[in-house]
Amino acid sequence: MRSKRPRVGRIVYLVICASIFIFLMAPIIVIVPLSFNAEPYFTFTEGMLRLDPEAWSLRWYREIITSEAWIKSLINSLVIGISATILATILGTLAALGLASSAIPGRRAIMGIIISPMITPVIIAAAGMFFFYSGLGLGQTHLSIILAHTVLGVPFVVVTVTATLASYDTTFNNAAASLGAGPWTIFRRVQFPLIAPGVLSGSLFAFATSFDEVVVILFMGGIDQRTIPRQMWAGIREQISPAILAVATFLIVFAMLLLLTVGWLQRRGEARN
Amino acid sequence: MASPLTSSSGAVRRSQLRALGLVAPLVIFVGVTFVTPLGTMLMRSIHDPVVADTLPQTLTLLEEWDGQQLPNESIYITLAEEIKQASSERTLGQIAGRINRVQSGFRSAVTRTARELHSQPIEATRESMISIDSVWADLSTWNAIKLTGQRFTARHYWNAMDLQVLSDGSIGQQPEERRIYIKLFLRTLLVSGIITLLCLILGYPIAHLIANSPPSRANLLLILVLIPFWTSLLVRTTSWIVLLQTQGVLNDLFVLIGLITEDGRLAMIYNMTGTIVAMTHVLLPFMVLPLYSVMRGIPPTHMNAAASLGATPVQAFLRVYWPQSLPGVGAGSLLVFIIAIGYYITPALVGGSEGQLISNMIAYHMQTSLNWGLAAALGGVLLIGVLILYVVYDRLIGLDRIGLR
Repeated sequence: MRSKRPRVGRIVYLVICASIFIFLMAPIIVIVPLSFNAEPYFTFTEGMLRLDPEAWSLRWYREIITSEAWIKSLINSLVIGISATILATILGTLAALGLASSAIPGRRAIMGIIISPMITPVIIAAAGMFFFYSGLGLGQTHLSIILAHTVLGVPFVVVTVTATLASYDTTFNNAAASLGAGPWTIFRRVQFPLIAPGVLSGSLFAFATSFDEVVVILFMGGIDQRTIPRQMWAGIREQISPAILAVATFLIVFAMLLLLTVGWLQRRGEARN
Repeated sequence: MASPLTSSSGAVRRSQLRALGLVAPLVIFVGVTFVTPLGTMLMRSIHDPVVADTLPQTLTLLEEWDGQQLPNESIYITLAEEIKQASSERTLGQIAGRINRVQSGFRSAVTRTARELHSQPIEATRESMISIDSVWADLSTWNAIKLTGQRFTARHYWNAMDLQVLSDGSIGQQPEERRIYIKLFLRTLLVSGIITLLCLILGYPIAHLIANSPPSRANLLLILVLIPFWTSLLVRTTSWIVLLQTQGVLNDLFVLIGLITEDGRLAMIYNMTGTIVAMTHVLLPFMVLPLYSVMRGIPPTHMNAAASLGATPVQAFLRVYWPQSLPGVGAGSLLVFIIAIGYYITPALVGGSEGQLISNMIAYHMQTSLNWGLAAALGGVLLIGVLILYVVYDRLIGLDRIGLR
């Protein structure tokens, strides 16, 4: 009798957990088959459920790869995302190296400033940056959006690289110095290769932040700065077409690639230290 | 003795400067492109010089005005002059909009007045102004001009708290139909609280399961949490539209299995339900990850020990496991709550009219009503709330350990 009750409890517990995992994954799983819908509907048609090949098609994929608007938004997303990532990675890595020094005065205040873009509700940030860049005559330019995305992404770089540096063994630096290496050589030949996985995963965070950002674009971007999320926003608000499900499928695959890369980098980083 | 001491303090100084030099580019960049714009934008909530700059002489004269009866002739003449000038400099629309928020009907009145003053060379007297539009015979018009003419003002904050400056200068409630902001703030807090609670209820069991699984399975389960986390927000929001809309997947399924009839399809999106469901899904990983990292450190032997001492599973959980998991509960809940109260995109897309939160109102005043002072005041209140919560978070958990992604 006694041994049976916990087993029932365990089954209930596992069923509950399974349902929660279904809740987490269902929205992502359901969108993929629907993107192959032959009809312009957002739901499974009877033909799809019967697995009738007529009911499935690639028409929405054809539509997005031939659509000038989607191609342009992809190019915009990449240009803005990559530029912002490079800037954020350079600025963020330098700052993390400075913050790792025990000598730095006012660390809390500096950290507070650097992290502020991450904790400010993005609507307030977007409004402030909108006034700032239009005041400079940079409203509706790629440059202003790149700079805005840099500042939103840079805290992720700082946090990630700082965490990597925390487990970095500084005796490597001392060893290199005792062998006669200067600070720049030490950084380039010893420290950077060892923290590179952390830097790279920080930069992927920054890229993901820019690649998924829509509020800043809504406030500051014009028709020429439309990115993929902005184009999806328009798709959801204005004309809902299963074409956005095809884009969404691409983005899901992309997210999985990012996730795997970051996971791989983290394991590599742990193995090295 | 002195020389090694100075050289070592010199070394400290050098490494201090080096560290500051590394940090400086980023601090300057964030300061210039983020902190300053944020500060200037929040200044708009207390500083608005447009009316004061456009009607300077009228406002100087109005300082002497007692507010009990209509101003004297000279004020009318001065105002007419300044209206004419503003209309030829095309700044009239800006002040008309501002004053109109305090005194409805002002915009059309002042536009008509400017047109009349330009078209016919009439002498601008009190009488002729009043004959153009009766708004000039209204004491509250003059109070509105005087009120909006203040360069520094708290009225946007009063407005954000459903209060207004009455014509005698005292503070009173807004009329019933304009009292919307306190309700909206409370709704935002309530909805964020509900979402946080739902995330905790859903996140706790799975974090526990992951923390107590063998490593290979734990990694697999963790990936199921991380995939939604890395997936674009717009993708997830789109999915919820697909799932929840009236002709959507879930309603179809319910009809198919006979849970509801074709006419009884449920409205699960474009309302508060939509906001809560989609946001709970979006924020759930922010709860699971801190919970998981705390639970991983709770030794399973503690529960076994409790059981061997005769505790029932429920007792053991409540007295042994739950207290040890509290740091994770605190970190996850604070994080989810903080993100939720400032959320914009999901409520905007799936919230319909009733599922809007305070951020959506800020966006409305930024983009549609163009009442930037009020947008800044609402943003200021929101930001102060968020900062207080972050200070709590920092005290309890530490900001640099913020476990995003």
